[in-house]
Amino acid sequence: MANHAIVGAGAYVDFYKAKRYPGVLSWILSTDHKRIGILYLASMLSFFLVGMSIGFLMRLELIAPGKQLVDPQTYNAFFTLHGVIMIFLFIVPGLSASFGNFFLPIHIGAPDVAFPRLNLLSWWLFIAGGTLAVLSMFTGSGPPDTGWTFYAPYSIRTGTNVILAAFAAFVLGFSSILTGINFLTTVHRMRAPGMGWFRMPLFVWSLYATAWMQVLATPVIGINLLLIISERLFGIGVFDPAKGGDPILYQHLFWIYSHPAVYIMILPGMGAISEIMPVFSRRTIFGYKFIAYSSITIAALGSLVWGHHMFTSGQSYVASTIFSLLTMLVAIPSAVKVFNWIATMYKGSIHIEAPLLFAMSFIFLFSVGGLTGMMIGTLSFDVHVHDTYFIVGHFHYTMFGGMGMAFFAALHYWFPKMFGRMYNKAVAKMAWLMIFVGFNTLYFPMFILGWLGMPRRYYDYLPQYQGGHVVSTIGSWILIAGILIMLSNLIRSLRTGEKADGNPWGGTTLEWTVPSPPPLENFEKIPHVDRDPYDFEGVSAR
Amino acid sequence: MDNNRTDQEHTGFDVYVLTWVTLLILTAITVTVAGMHLGKLSVLVAVVVATVKAGVVLYFFMHLKYESALFKIMVYVALGTLMIFVGLTFFDILFR
Repeated sequence: MANHAIVGAGAYVDFYKAKRYPGVLSWILSTDHKRIGILYLASMLSFFLVGMSIGFLMRLELIAPGKQLVDPQTYNAFFTLHGVIMIFLFIVPGLSASFGNFFLPIHIGAPDVAFPRLNLLSWWLFIAGGTLAVLSMFTGSGPPDTGWTFYAPYSIRTGTNVILAAFAAFVLGFSSILTGINFLTTVHRMRAPGMGWFRMPLFVWSLYATAWMQVLATPVIGINLLLIISERLFGIGVFDPAKGGDPILYQHLFWIYSHPAVYIMILPGMGAISEIMPVFSRRTIFGYKFIAYSSITIAALGSLVWGHHMFTSGQSYVASTIFSLLTMLVAIPSAVKVFNWIATMYKGSIHIEAPLLFAMSFIFLFSVGGLTGMMIGTLSFDVHVHDTYFIVGHFHYTMFGGMGMAFFAALHYWFPKMFGRMYNKAVAKMAWLMIFVGFNTLYFPMFILGWLGMPRRYYDYLPQYQGGHVVSTIGSWILIAGILIMLSNLIRSLRTGEKADGNPWGGTTLEWTVPSPPPLENFEKIPHVDRDPYDFEGVSAR
Repeated sequence: MDNNRTDQEHTGFDVYVLTWVTLLILTAITVTVAGMHLGKLSVLVAVVVATVKAGVVLYFFMHLKYESALFKIMVYVALGTLMIFVGLTFFDILFR
């Protein structure tokens, strides 16, 4: 891009050393987008470990029919909290709040985001929401047992602590909206000279599309959750059929946000994959504009398909048919991305490193998730597998196989830039193998179990399903072992890893032109951009 | 927002009064139609009138009329999205 020599690599103060307050205050009061990105990263990974532990316990409970560890009510609380924590505290903020915060300004040649204080507020709201969610487990009349969807009328009638959990999700929604507003403004107003829309890295395009959805769709669930709280407190009757209300309206309002949320989660992941593929194939990205536009198309079409979650809810057949048809359309921009990534690798000089391995697993696992999504987006098929393990398998392939793998890919790709140290590459590859094998062992049997009729969210099951459950539980052990090895490798490298130079992978985007870790305001002087983002000419391979 | 311009250049007292009268008339229409028992149409009329009212407020009271194209496009995108959300939901409610 501007200049591929590492600027100011000799004498500079990296952002870790440039701080206004001592100790932990230098983090939680910082308005530096890089520190906020790392705050998000650390807090999200902590919540992820909590969610993962609950998932581990659920799998252990399901290893055999009957009671193994916990009673049914606790199991209901487990799947609710696993969902709430993983969705609202890990994958919705996801790559956008962590890597997006760290790299969006650097990618467009800006010293920070447009509203740094708002950025810090969004993290504080995130932590406040997370704390409320955790509090809901231990206060009131027991942890919520509604599932992460808080469906009416059950969520209105259950005696558990729904109000606090719903309010937690409401606060988290505000955090997401603030990040969205910040990123939209940053992309519109703060691009460096010469950084035209089609010179932006594709990660920025994906963040831009995501930000629109965060701003437009999140208020809907905010209102919806407030309505649930009002129903419980005042019995206003919006969702209560006895008072002329409509419980299906709840599902509409819920999925108007929560289906676009799927794309809020996955789009920044796709953006990260679009960064990784060219660097490790030593080739410019294939179909730059198509990938950029497909992000916007996914955001737009993804907002029109929420009704496919409701085929068996009692919504009208006309609506079901329309939503089923619209669902098919989302496959087109998703496939555009997948084929362009593969075409990028074609005849490239491929360097097998941990980020690429995670990125390739993303493409494979997300494709399985996407194609099974087409199956259940088909009205006639979904009626049979709705609320079975087929759905659980599908959304874990898209969410964890998609966003999760992209997150791990991005973590390994940007780790040397963020922390100035390189991890042990051999251990990272071994961890990847365990995660990939463990993932498929855990989640693939769910497709078969669901196909055979095993319902989701059930505490107990008939003996004929035990084989699949045992395989799945063993898979969870392999997966968790892989994740723990991966994280311990990264955490150890923070102190003892080999020092990384400014551009350890031979990348072409602007973050690789500044030292690792970057200085406080990213650039000594704002760069003038005169190259396309994936132009490898003059950039040496590593 | 263009800080070089003053609101008085574009909006006089008469425009605000006219806007206010328009909103009152539209409110009267909503109230009247609500009492006419038009069935499914009554919801449609209420939604359309409310949309027009919101548009008038945005355009004149909130000065969208005098903003640059970028601001207008952003507001139109948000409004368009909301219309689609509401519209698609009606495919369920109307045909159930």
